Amino acid sequence: MSTPALPLAHDPAFGPVGIAPGQASGHGAGGPAPKRIVVGYGFWIFLLSDVIMFSAFFAAYAVLFKNTAGGPSANELFGLRNTGTETACLLASSFTCGMASLAVGVRSQKWTQLALLVTGLLGLAFIVLELREFTGFVARGAGPSRSAFLSSFFTLVGCHGAHVSAGLLWLGTMMAQFYAKGFRQDIRHRFLCFSLFWHALDIIWVAIFNLVYLVGALPPELLP
Amino acid sequence: MFGKLSWQAIPFDQPIALAAGAFVGLGLTAVLIWVAAKGFIPYLWREWVTSVDHKRIGIMYCLLAAVMLLRGFSDALMMRSQQALAFHAAGYLPPEHYDQIFSAHGTIMIFFVAMPFVIGLMNFAVPLQLGARDVAFPTLNSVSFWLNAVGALLVNIALVVGEFARTGWLPYPPLSELTYSPGVGVDYYLWAIQISGIGTLMTGINMVTTILKIRAPGMSYMRMPIFCWTALASSLLIVAAFPILTATLAMLLLDRYVGFHFFTNEAGGNAMMFMNLIWAWGHPEVYILVLPAFGIFSEVVSTFSGKPLFGRRSMIVATMAIFILSFTVWLHHFFTMGGGGDVNGFFGIASMVIAVPTGVKVYNWLFTMYGGRVRFGSAMLWAIGFMVTFVIGGMTGVLLASPAADFLLHNSLFLVAHFHNVIIGGVLFGAFAGYTFWFPKAFGFMLDERLGKAAFWCWLVGFYVAFMPLYVLGLEGMTRRMQHYDRPEWHPWLLVAGMGTLIILCGLGLQVAQLWVSIRGRAQRRDLTGDPWDGRSLEWSTTSPPPTFNFAVLPSVTSDEPYWSTKQQARGRGQLVTPEPEYVSIETPRNSATGFVTAFFAVVTGFSLIWHIWWLVILGLVGAYVTFVAFAWRDVDETEIPAAEAARIDRANRAVRAEALREEPAQ
Repeated sequence: MSTPALPLAHDPAFGPVGIAPGQASGHGAGGPAPKRIVVGYGFWIFLLSDVIMFSAFFAAYAVLFKNTAGGPSANELFGLRNTGTETACLLASSFTCGMASLAVGVRSQKWTQLALLVTGLLGLAFIVLELREFTGFVARGAGPSRSAFLSSFFTLVGCHGAHVSAGLLWLGTMMAQFYAKGFRQDIRHRFLCFSLFWHALDIIWVAIFNLVYLVGALPPELLP
Repeated sequence: MFGKLSWQAIPFDQPIALAAGAFVGLGLTAVLIWVAAKGFIPYLWREWVTSVDHKRIGIMYCLLAAVMLLRGFSDALMMRSQQALAFHAAGYLPPEHYDQIFSAHGTIMIFFVAMPFVIGLMNFAVPLQLGARDVAFPTLNSVSFWLNAVGALLVNIALVVGEFARTGWLPYPPLSELTYSPGVGVDYYLWAIQISGIGTLMTGINMVTTILKIRAPGMSYMRMPIFCWTALASSLLIVAAFPILTATLAMLLLDRYVGFHFFTNEAGGNAMMFMNLIWAWGHPEVYILVLPAFGIFSEVVSTFSGKPLFGRRSMIVATMAIFILSFTVWLHHFFTMGGGGDVNGFFGIASMVIAVPTGVKVYNWLFTMYGGRVRFGSAMLWAIGFMVTFVIGGMTGVLLASPAADFLLHNSLFLVAHFHNVIIGGVLFGAFAGYTFWFPKAFGFMLDERLGKAAFWCWLVGFYVAFMPLYVLGLEGMTRRMQHYDRPEWHPWLLVAGMGTLIILCGLGLQVAQLWVSIRGRAQRRDLTGDPWDGRSLEWSTTSPPPTFNFAVLPSVTSDEPYWSTKQQARGRGQLVTPEPEYVSIETPRNSATGFVTAFFAVVTGFSLIWHIWWLVILGLVGAYVTFVAFAWRDVDETEIPAAEAARIDRANRAVRAEALREEPAQ
């Protein structure tokens, strides 16, 4: 009994048949996904890993929250006015980053540059406000070396700040690339990654704002 | 100007360390001079250093692992000989040096032998098995490799300039804090692992994307070879676990460099948090290593038994079950923390549960062999040696998972015997099996089988002689990392263990000889068929070594064992099944020095961070940024291979396959 011959196109090694690239999604049996999907997907995975890194810092903060070693506690330090302004800046910058994506979509150099510039300025304002808060704490004797609680606070929030700063550097590079090279495909892919990064930092900030600042500002008797 | 660095950093008072460092340094220089004198540098630069081809990068990973294995094994030899001699005596290694040796041994063996070996094999084989042209991000892959090499280099620089950590392979605070380890040893450890860790994370991301997004048409999830499944599980674990390591070590760095209080004894620091965080990475890490080894064994056992893998689906389910469970057991590394009965009970039971999917796998391999026509090639010998050895290691693991037993065996040589039992018997044997299995695919000639089998027997026997006594010693109460001791009943067992190490040394020597003999006689060992083991998955359908683009035309997959089923059809008809395809030109990624240049700046940054040379740190970081911008600025990132060239290579391959069919009687 011989096995029925399969259609010729379904033959891997002895005469494979190509498919038109860029038609598939990458999952299931449809063949390789187009470059845009691959790049975006890979960057998502990176963001996932970044979120896990933040979760380790969140965990450390939760563990060390009450270890103030006689120094100031969250309730004594955190004010919501400065942090509220920071949050507004960052959320607005996410909006303008979205505007930049639209501008890239219609290939408008002018609007892309403008939207990115505003995004960058808002990010910069966020960083300045954060630094002001940090230097204020240090001046009040509440620097990161004061207690384990403050070490974990400065690390968690500072790590987010470092991400935003790196994002600003990336944003500047992106603007230069759009200016010098135009809306080339690989640069648009890179911009897709940048905007994912920028929005992800927003999400992490929302977690920080809630879990660090809002919870921290509660009177101690309300905390478990 | 040079921070903490001065002439005092060179250990002139430690002749052994200095001699070892000089030996490594001179060896490296000699190789470089030989390479330069032969005029190989342009070739190496063009074809290897700047290569973004996943196969070349995979081979370089394996080479790095092999070199570091020699270094890590010399550390093992020194430890075993020290303990053999240090009965009622000081031995020849002073405590501060001995402590560095066991720390370096563990660090090197896990991070710079097991990891690069496993990642190297994944890099080499996964895209070929998936029917892909390369990994998803080829240049990033090169950066990953070179960052890994930077870590290895920093650990070796610690031999000569300064010192290495004396804290064990995981730097537990408070010992690793500045108060108790004021030297640069821990800093060498931390920066080496941070830098190579970034590389590993990028590899994980790259592999996950490759496996999930760029498989050949028809390669559905359930049709992926088991090695790809295990590589996927392992890469997902890398993505989920390595960020925890990075965060944890960053906290320790902040403690040491800028006076934070994460893990210190003062100001509310919590040292046990380090244990919890590091093992939340550390236990998944052992599955990052062993799952791909399971995948290799699955491929080898099935190929060498001439049968499809028994229980394919259960194998996939078992792999993914281990993947999930691996995050629920970390606390068994410190039952003695005092978490209480409930906590210890949960983690003890979770640890024992992992034995179930692992057991499923062992039965699957056994049933694959059952009724098969088993060929006992050396790759298969490694697999069989693994099955026996790993089961023993697994059983002692279940023993240790019981908190009551663990309170006694914790930190004893019983534990040391257990994890060597699973890591050597599992990961290393797996890596050797993969090395033997895919070597002809990578280079187009076979390894010497006689020497390979001899090496296997030396390793197997040497392993049992070296590590079974350690179980006994652990039960007799000997703790790990002892520089000297005065219990007479321990001495004979340590002498036996020392002998075992010498037998393993013979095995290692035979492997070096095997490589040497095989390269010398490569003309007679050519594998022209591209399919020396009668393989079953797609990598065997292309030439050995495969062309840069792997497949002239992307394969189209219709079964679990695509190459095997095609071969069977062709054998049935006595001829190739399909007519010649239409060839089109192929875009391949251009070579890039980005990886190497980034690595250069990573060495500069890492070294100057270790020695507090701050201006150089800034210079290194700026250099790295400039490198990235330069890379981002390039306009042409692909080269085109003309259709005629693809056709030439593929026609030759088809001719060889057709020839092979004519030589076989039709079945």
